[in-house]
Amino acid sequence: MNPEFVFSSDFWNWWIITLTLANILACWWLISWSSKKRPGEAASGAVTGHKWDGNLEEYNNPLPRWWLWLFYLTLVFALVYLALYPGLGKIPGILGWTPQKQYEREIASANATYGPLFAKFAQTPIPSLSKDPQAVKVGQRLFVNYCAGCHGSDAQGNPGFPNLTDNDWLYGGSAEAIETTILDGRSGVMPPWGAALGAKGVDQVSAYVRELSGQEADGAQAAAGKTLFASYCAACHGANGSGNQALGAPNLSDRIWLYGGSPSTLRETITKGRSGHMPAHRDFLGKDKVHVLAAYIYSLSGR
Amino acid sequence: MSHEVVEKNIGLMAVLIVLVISVAGLVEIVPLFFLKSTTEPVEGLKPYTALQLEGRDIYIREGCYLCHSQMIRPFRAETERYGHYSVAGEFVYDHPFQWGSKRTGPDLARVGGRYSDEWHRVHLNNPRDVVPESIMPAFPWLNEQTIDASLTPSKLKAMRTLGVPYSDAQIAAASSAVEGKTEMDALVAYLQNLGTVLSSRR
Repeated sequence: MNPEFVFSSDFWNWWIITLTLANILACWWLISWSSKKRPGEAASGAVTGHKWDGNLEEYNNPLPRWWLWLFYLTLVFALVYLALYPGLGKIPGILGWTPQKQYEREIASANATYGPLFAKFAQTPIPSLSKDPQAVKVGQRLFVNYCAGCHGSDAQGNPGFPNLTDNDWLYGGSAEAIETTILDGRSGVMPPWGAALGAKGVDQVSAYVRELSGQEADGAQAAAGKTLFASYCAACHGANGSGNQALGAPNLSDRIWLYGGSPSTLRETITKGRSGHMPAHRDFLGKDKVHVLAAYIYSLSGR
Repeated sequence: MSHEVVEKNIGLMAVLIVLVISVAGLVEIVPLFFLKSTTEPVEGLKPYTALQLEGRDIYIREGCYLCHSQMIRPFRAETERYGHYSVAGEFVYDHPFQWGSKRTGPDLARVGGRYSDEWHRVHLNNPRDVVPESIMPAFPWLNEQTIDASLTPSKLKAMRTLGVPYSDAQIAAASSAVEGKTEMDALVAYLQNLGTVLSSRR
């Protein structure tokens, strides 16, 4: 039996059946009763005797037959419906229809259509799949649906959410790295350094980071920042600030910024730290779709 | 009894009208209160934490439900985008439920875990910062206003009156759980929990 129809007591099953059928019968009675001619009533075609505004009168014509039959037809429709579909308590109906079954049929027919396509894509390695226009088009649709909220519909990212169209990668731009990132997600955490460095230290380190990336910076501040960088930042970002893809630590020596490279943003990043989180999509999207998505993203960086 | 009697006695007519229009409710609504799939929580469903419950109140206060539904219908077009279709047992601790009836924005029934906390903060502060095409209003004041922790225990108690199984210990700890939190913290906690009890794809 359908688990949707488990009542706390069978009383409710009979309650629904009785009230529904009684209601249909009562409608039947009401229609036939009210369409019968009553003693003392004006004859068909004669006026009823009611008069409004001095000269408005009404004929006592019966309801047209076709109209009356429409009423009966709706009642027949209701009975046929209740016989075919669930409606009368926990009686499942002759067709055995449930919304779950209808949903499963819809999924099965979609899988029959798209399954072979995705199976074919799944067989193709990502680098060659990224050159297949059909796969890239499918991947782009998937991207706009599932990824654009953070990375933007053009995949160029947003502050805090990486640009996927360049050649700079936090966790690596190889086909495998991209696929792993989508399947299992990533969590990048930069701890806050405000307390350890103090306001002066933060200024010095941010000046050094600006210098690293070839931006304008105060030379003396940057020189002091260099020593601090070596002891506080180099463990993750590398001695020369080129980053570490195993940790997702960004390269600080280029002009590509995840949160921004202005002095104020750098100071904020260093003082408060940052935590970036990409959710895992293994359960939500499944491997085949992720494979196509990875091929789309692989195609974006213009290799 | 002739038609004339009914037409000329307004009291009788009112009684008959009430009888007629209550049949549908008696058949379609009343039995739902005794149907296991609508009254029993799905496996693993937990009542909202104090912070999540405060977040739910912000959700209602800001009228999020006017543009966002929390109800995924069993159609492929919906489950592909949002995840497993919603089932009644997921909402038994919601008083009132936030199913909504209009989607100007996307459905939020399974938004929990779909984005990072940071994304929600940026997005609620100004949606255009992450989604340039968005027409959602910005809610910058959520960052500035803190939760009134003194009211939280009574909110949990009210929920318990409505059948949500909060323990005395949870009610006692409610104030300290939300002390000093901003409305943004609460709303993000609420959103990140939505729909997570049925985590599989479908």
